[in-house]
Amino acid sequence: MNPFSYVRPNSLKAAIDAMARDHSARFIAGGTNLLDLMKNGVTLPEKLIDINQLPLREIRQDGNTLHIGALVLNSNLAAHELVKTQHPLLSEALLAGASQQLRNMATVGGNMMQRTRCSYFYDTSMPCNKRQPNSGCGAIGGINRMHAIFGASDNCIAVHPSDMCVALAALDATVLVAGPKGERRIPFTDFHRLPGNTPQLDNNLAKNELITAVEIPTHPFTKHICYLKVRDRASYAFALVSVAVAMDISDNVIRNIRIAMGGVAHKPWRLPDAEKALTGKAPTSDNFRLAANIAIQGAKTYAHNGFKKDLAFNSIQTALLKAATA
Amino acid sequence: MKKQQTGQPMNRVDGRLKVTGGAKYFADHQPADMQYAALVCSTISCGAIASINTTKALRAPGVADIVSHLNAPPVPGYKKTNPGDKNGLQIFRDNRIYSNGQPVAIVVANTMERAVYAASLVEVQYNQETHYTNMEASMDKAFQNNRMKDYSRGEINAWQKAPVTHSAQYTIPLEVHNPMELAGIIAHWTSPDTLTLYAKTQGVKSVQETIQELFEIPEQNITVHSRFVGGAFGMALRVWPLEIATILAAKKIRKPVKLVITREQMFTLVGYRPNSSQTISMGATADGKLTGITHEAVAITSPYEDFTEGIVAMTKFMYDCPNVNTRYQLVPLNMSTPIWMRGPGEATGSFALESAIDELSYKLKIDPLQLRILNHADTDPERNLPFSSKYLKEAYQIGAEKIGWSSRNPAPRSMQENGMLAGYGMSSGTFGAYRGKATVSAILKADGTLTLQSAAADIGPGTATAMVQIAADVTGISPDKITFMLGESSFPYAPEQGGSATVSTVGSAVSDVCHTLLKELANLAISQVPAFKQTTPEQIIYEDGQLITADRQTKITHEALLQQQKLPEVKVTATSQGGEERKKYSMYSFSVHFAKVHVHPTTGVVRIQHIVSVADAGAIVNTKTARSQMIGGVVGGIGMALTEEAILDHRFGRFVNNNYADYHVPVNADTPPTDVYFVNKKDPYINPMGSKGLGEIALIGFAAAVSNAVFHATGIRVRDLPITPDKLLHITSTENTNT
Repeated sequence: MNPFSYVRPNSLKAAIDAMARDHSARFIAGGTNLLDLMKNGVTLPEKLIDINQLPLREIRQDGNTLHIGALVLNSNLAAHELVKTQHPLLSEALLAGASQQLRNMATVGGNMMQRTRCSYFYDTSMPCNKRQPNSGCGAIGGINRMHAIFGASDNCIAVHPSDMCVALAALDATVLVAGPKGERRIPFTDFHRLPGNTPQLDNNLAKNELITAVEIPTHPFTKHICYLKVRDRASYAFALVSVAVAMDISDNVIRNIRIAMGGVAHKPWRLPDAEKALTGKAPTSDNFRLAANIAIQGAKTYAHNGFKKDLAFNSIQTALLKAATA
Repeated sequence: MKKQQTGQPMNRVDGRLKVTGGAKYFADHQPADMQYAALVCSTISCGAIASINTTKALRAPGVADIVSHLNAPPVPGYKKTNPGDKNGLQIFRDNRIYSNGQPVAIVVANTMERAVYAASLVEVQYNQETHYTNMEASMDKAFQNNRMKDYSRGEINAWQKAPVTHSAQYTIPLEVHNPMELAGIIAHWTSPDTLTLYAKTQGVKSVQETIQELFEIPEQNITVHSRFVGGAFGMALRVWPLEIATILAAKKIRKPVKLVITREQMFTLVGYRPNSSQTISMGATADGKLTGITHEAVAITSPYEDFTEGIVAMTKFMYDCPNVNTRYQLVPLNMSTPIWMRGPGEATGSFALESAIDELSYKLKIDPLQLRILNHADTDPERNLPFSSKYLKEAYQIGAEKIGWSSRNPAPRSMQENGMLAGYGMSSGTFGAYRGKATVSAILKADGTLTLQSAAADIGPGTATAMVQIAADVTGISPDKITFMLGESSFPYAPEQGGSATVSTVGSAVSDVCHTLLKELANLAISQVPAFKQTTPEQIIYEDGQLITADRQTKITHEALLQQQKLPEVKVTATSQGGEERKKYSMYSFSVHFAKVHVHPTTGVVRIQHIVSVADAGAIVNTKTARSQMIGGVVGGIGMALTEEAILDHRFGRFVNNNYADYHVPVNADTPPTDVYFVNKKDPYINPMGSKGLGEIALIGFAAAVSNAVFHATGIRVRDLPITPDKLLHITSTENTNT
C-alpha cells in the first residue's frame, strides 16, 4: 500500500471539490474493495476522500419511488421494512452477497463501484487490460472458470461481482450522481459498461462524479420473486451464475416480468428477449424452457467456463419456476 | 472413591485466555525497539535474479535495511552442494529461483506499513528459464524416492484375474493449510551468538535444533517461545526460509525483527498438500472377497527436496486381501516444498481407496458397508501382526445406526427429499497410533500446586487440558491445582505436535513423571512421617492431594508433608517412550465417516445434510476437546470434498485464487450437524492411558464418504476433487440441451 493523504469532507460540494483538485484521489466509504485494491497495488491513490460524513444514508418513499442514499449499508438495506415488503428481490440479492461482516461495512454506492474479482486484475505481475491497458488479457488464455459468457471482448472477459446490482438492474432502478456540473440521472442498466476496447472503464461515472442515491420505481413485484445464486461455497463466494426474477402473475398469465443475471458479464445482464417471450404467457415449465433457451443465445464460452452456459440455462428455469410458485 | 478426570468433558484450561484475548500468539510479542519486515517474492517460477535495485526502497521513510543474496550474513550450516540438502531451500544463498513466490529480499523498516510499502519499491530483474508446474504435463520427470519403494505381497496385479474388477484414476488438487493465524516469526539476537525467537511452530525443540545446525551456535543460546499457535494443520512442522530470512535480517541490523507474511504468501512459503493422481485397481470374487489391489500414486514435490507421505500406506493393511502392490512416485516441479497437511498422505490415499471400494460394491451389488466388513482385516496383513486394538466393526455399527443407513435405498439416484436428490455415503480411515519419546518435569510446591513442564506444542487440540487430566488421575491432585506448561524450548524435550501423537507421547511422560513424583512423596512420608513408617509406596492411597495409609487411618496433605520438611518444592523429571510392545503389535487408530447429502438436480450444488463420524481412538482423555477435534477434522474434510483447490496458471506458475475469498475453506453454512461418537475402549498396549491418536483420522476418509454419497444421490461418480457444482451439472443439462 502506498502512502496517501486522507480528507473527510462534510458536504457533497466539498467532496466533489476535493476530487476535482486531485485526480489520483479516490472516494472511500466502506472500503471493502478499495483496501484490497490498494494492498495489492492495483489502485494507488495519493489521496482518499472519506465520504462517510455526507448525508446520504436515508431510505425514504418519494411518491412512486423508493429513494436509497448511496451510503446506506448493505445489511441495513436488506433489513429495511420498505425493501423487504416492496422490493423483496433486492433484499434477497443483498443477503446472497459477501458475508455478514462485509455487508455491515459495504455501502450501496460502493457495491456498485466494486471492481471485478478477476485474479489477473489483482495480480500486478500478470497481464490485465483492465488494470493496465494494452498489457493483454490474462484470463482469455488462462484460468477463466469464473469469467464472462456474455458481452465480453477480446480485451477483457471479467465479470461484475455484485449481487445487489443484478436485482437493481432487474428492478429498473435509476442512479443519481452529482458532479462539478450538477446532478444527473443514469438508468441502472446503463450505469455499468461492457469491456469493448476500454476494459479499464467499469461504468459511465465520470472521474469526479459521486453516486448520491439509487431510486427504484414502485412495481408489482412483491410476491413472485427469486434470487438464485449458484456458488462453490454456501456463503461468502462469488456467483458462478445468479438469476434475479421478478414477475407479476394474474389469471395464470405473466403480466409483467424482469430477469437479470449475475456472474456472466462485465455488467448485470438483463434478459429483455426472454422477458418479452414470457410476457403474456402462462407460467409453465415449457415456456420457461423456451425463455431460458432464448437467454443463452449468443453465449461465448472459454476453456474453463463452458459449464456456465448449461448452468445459466438450468438456473434461469429453476429461478423462474421458483418465482412463479412463490 | 476419587473421580476419574480422564474421560471427562473438562473445559479447556486456557479457554478463557483464548476467548478474552489474553493468550499471546507469536506476533503479539513486542520486544523493545522492534523492527518490521516484509518479503519481496519472486514473480517468475524458474531462472535467476539478474539484478535487484533497492535505491528507491532504501530512500522510503523508516527503512532500516534490505537483505538479499547480495548482502545476507552467511548461514554457516548451509551445505555448499544441493540447495535443499537438509533444511530446505537455502534462502539468499545465491541468485537461483526455483519457484514462484520464493523470497528474494526482506525489507526491514520501523513500522509494518513502511516495510510493506518499501518492499513494493524493490525492483527485481530476472533471467527467466522454462518452468514446469503442471504435473500432468511433466509425468516424464516422475521418479521414485528411496524412502518409498514399491511394495507387494502375493501376486503383482492379481486384481486383473478377478471375476469382478474396478480400476479408476482419482485426482486431488493442491490444497493449502490456511490456518487463521498467518506464518511468521520474531527474531532477536541478544548477542552475536544468542538468539531469541517468538515462533509459530508445532515444535519449539525442532526449531531450536534446526537453528543450531544452521547457525552453529550452542543449543542453550537459542530460546524459542511458542505458547499459543493459531492453527497450523502441519504447516508449522519445520523451519521455513521465511524464518531464516527474518533471523538473517535481525542479525544484520542487530535489532529484533518481526515478520508476518500475507495470506497470498501462505500459498507459496509454508508448504501445502501436494496435488496427486492415483490409480486404484481392485478385483474381487463374485461374493465380494477382495483378491487383489494395485495402488499407484503420483504427487508433486519441489526441485530441491523429495517430499513423501503415506499416500499408499492404508492400502497395504486396511483390507484382508492376499495380493497387494503399491507404487508411489514424485514429480519435481518449480514449486515450493509440500508439507504434511492434516491426515497427510493417508487422507489423499483414502479418497482413492475408499472411493474405489464403493465403486466395486456397486459392481458387486453388495452394500458398501457390508463389503468392508466382508474384507475386514482381523490382523495386520502388511506386518503379519495382531492389532494392539481394533474396534472398527463397532465403529461401523455405531455409524450405520446413527445415520440411518438401513433406510437407504441402495440404488443410485433413487432417493429424493424436498425436490433434492438425496444420497448416503460412508468410508473408513486409519492412521498409525504412534508413541514417541518425551520428557516432563513435575514441580510440586509447598502450597500443594503441581506444575508440569514439557516443550510440547498446542496447535489447538487442547494439549494442556488433556495433560492436566492425566496428571490429576495419577496424582489424585485436583485439576484446578495443576498447570501444564508448554511451548518453551527451555522445558524438557517433547517432539513436534504432529502425527496425532501428543497425548500418547507427552501424556505417557506426564503419567510417568507423576508416578515418579508420588514415589518421591511416598519415600518422604515413609522416612519422615511416623504413621507411614511401616508402609510401602505401593500401599499408600493418593487422593485429593493427600497421602493416605492403606487402612485409611492416617492422612497427610502434600502441603503439610512439604512444609513439615521445610521443602519449598519437590521436583522430579521423567522420560518416557514406547518399548517392545510396538514390535509385537500393529497400532492404528480407525475412523468411520457417514454423510448424507442433498444435490440440487438442476444446479449441481451439493449440501451435506448430516454427518456421523465415529472414532476408534482408544480411551478418550477429554470427550469435549476430542469431539471438537473430530468436528475440526470433518470441516477440513468438507473442504477437501467440496470446496478446496489452489489453482495455478501454469503459463506463469502463479496461483490465481491465493486469498480467503477465492480459496474456499468451508464456512459455517457448509457445515451441517455433525455427530461424533467414540468407541472409547482402551488400547491395552500402546501407553498408560490406552489412548490412540485422533487428529488425523478425523479427516482421513471423509472426502470419500461425501463423494460416495454424491454418487448415491446422483449416479455420477466424481473422481476429481473438489466436487463443485459444474461437475454435477450434466445430471439434467445434457438431457435438456439435447431436446
